[in-house]
Amino acid sequence: MAKHYGRGIAAVNYPTGMNLGGDPTQALIFCQPTGGFSVKLASTDLGQGLKTVIAQIAAETLGVPFDSVLVDTGDTDSAPHCMGTFASRGTHRVGNAVIMAANEARKALMDVAADEMEAAPEDLVLENGEIYVKGAPERKTNVFNVALAAHFKYGKTISGRGIYMKQKSSVDPETGACDPDSTEAHATTVAEVEVDDETGEVKVLRLSSAYEVGRQINPEMVHGQIVSGAVMGMAHALTETVFPYYPALDHHTHSFGEYIIPTALDIPEIESVVLEYPSSNGPYGVKGVGEMTANSPIPAIVNAIYDAVGVWVTDLPVTPEKVLRALEEKDQ
Amino acid sequence: MESITITFKLNGKTTAVAVEPLTSLRSVLREHLHFHATKAGCGQGGCGSCTVLVNGESVLSCLMLAALADGQEVTTLEGIGTPQHMHPLQAAFFDKFAAQCGYCSPGMIMAAKALLDKNPHPTRAEIAEALAGNLCRCTGYVAILDAIEAVVTQMQEA
Ligand code: FES
Ligand code: FES
Repeated sequence: MAKHYGRGIAAVNYPTGMNLGGDPTQALIFCQPTGGFSVKLASTDLGQGLKTVIAQIAAETLGVPFDSVLVDTGDTDSAPHCMGTFASRGTHRVGNAVIMAANEARKALMDVAADEMEAAPEDLVLENGEIYVKGAPERKTNVFNVALAAHFKYGKTISGRGIYMKQKSSVDPETGACDPDSTEAHATTVAEVEVDDETGEVKVLRLSSAYEVGRQINPEMVHGQIVSGAVMGMAHALTETVFPYYPALDHHTHSFGEYIIPTALDIPEIESVVLEYPSSNGPYGVKGVGEMTANSPIPAIVNAIYDAVGVWVTDLPVTPEKVLRALEEKDQ
Repeated sequence: MESITITFKLNGKTTAVAVEPLTSLRSVLREHLHFHATKAGCGQGGCGSCTVLVNGESVLSCLMLAALADGQEVTTLEGIGTPQHMHPLQAAFFDKFAAQCGYCSPGMIMAAKALLDKNPHPTRAEIAEALAGNLCRCTGYVAILDAIEAVVTQMQEA
């Protein structure tokens, strides 16, 4: 009776978005008299940070400070259509729509600024909310002044419309070929485990991952997705199930006493590196990093269990009972 | 059932409320008094999202009858900080990206406060132990532990 160390590896290619019957998201941006910009979206932030990264993208594209962008999400009655937050599509789809809307709003802003400053729009520079004439920085104004002028002097809106759509792609009946996603992110995880051959318990010691996610708009939030996905993946691998004896429905879990989510006491060492190879069609080179983070840890842990004690348990979650039964079978 | 009146200190203010005898403290806080920082998760004592302090002890308010709070001191997240004047734990959760959806955060912060009030210099293992009754689906806990550890370090330096 002993504890056995094992190490396993697994990799994932993860699609960003899907095609359905076409996969669109829209955005509207408008400027208030204060010079603040509102971004109207039906897209939802579930905690992954969509509002933050969209504000970053909008601010960058408009040329205004992050703090002057308000992202208003989640009311599908009063906002332009979005297919939703799923398929790791949020930053990619919404970001692209917001860039398009922000460019239109920025153009409207610069047209008013040009009138105000008696200069050609292409001679103006907009940086961090400040506007000046190229080569003559003393001829300057700012977004607030231009917004006031637009509202109260010219009677013009400073606003923009944006949409990004992935076209529907049908499967070619001859070849089976199809273009299902927009880009793909990649990851590899190495799991290190300890398996107790007496109790069947598996302890994950360390999860080390490399992620290729295109350009990171917000590295802290990307890191947050990677860490949380590692823990969720570990739980899918080892403990979480609604029906532990599926297809039998016996012992259906009814509470967190039976449906076992890891606690702060259960987290392994987690380390990761991120590689950035910008995508060709994502906003500023983004690829989706969300759901994929809970993927590669699972087969990596299953492989590590095999490395440790020589049994493949591919029916998830790998409970102590399943490990012991597999060990027993192997010994016969 | 005839309602009963309970009187307790809520975030330092004497508060009286008439409730049905079997009402939980969590329902009183959220539904009667509209203090919504305290979250309603499982209602079974399994998630910790309803954690509040009763006389400084961390308590699952879904499992405590409101009547038992009579004469006691109850503290919720609203009682420890505001968006303008955040409690150091709230500020640290903000700085360390320790909240994603944020549903667990009030309970986590109250459980952490109960720990730090008793033991200002806990180890990382002691912090994890104190949070073991608080589930988080989003963060994987690492950022939460980092945030609380940062507050411990701040307090050591102060
Ligand atoms: S709501 Fe009280 S522990 Fe879950
Ligand atoms: S941040 Fe979502 S449950 Fe903890």
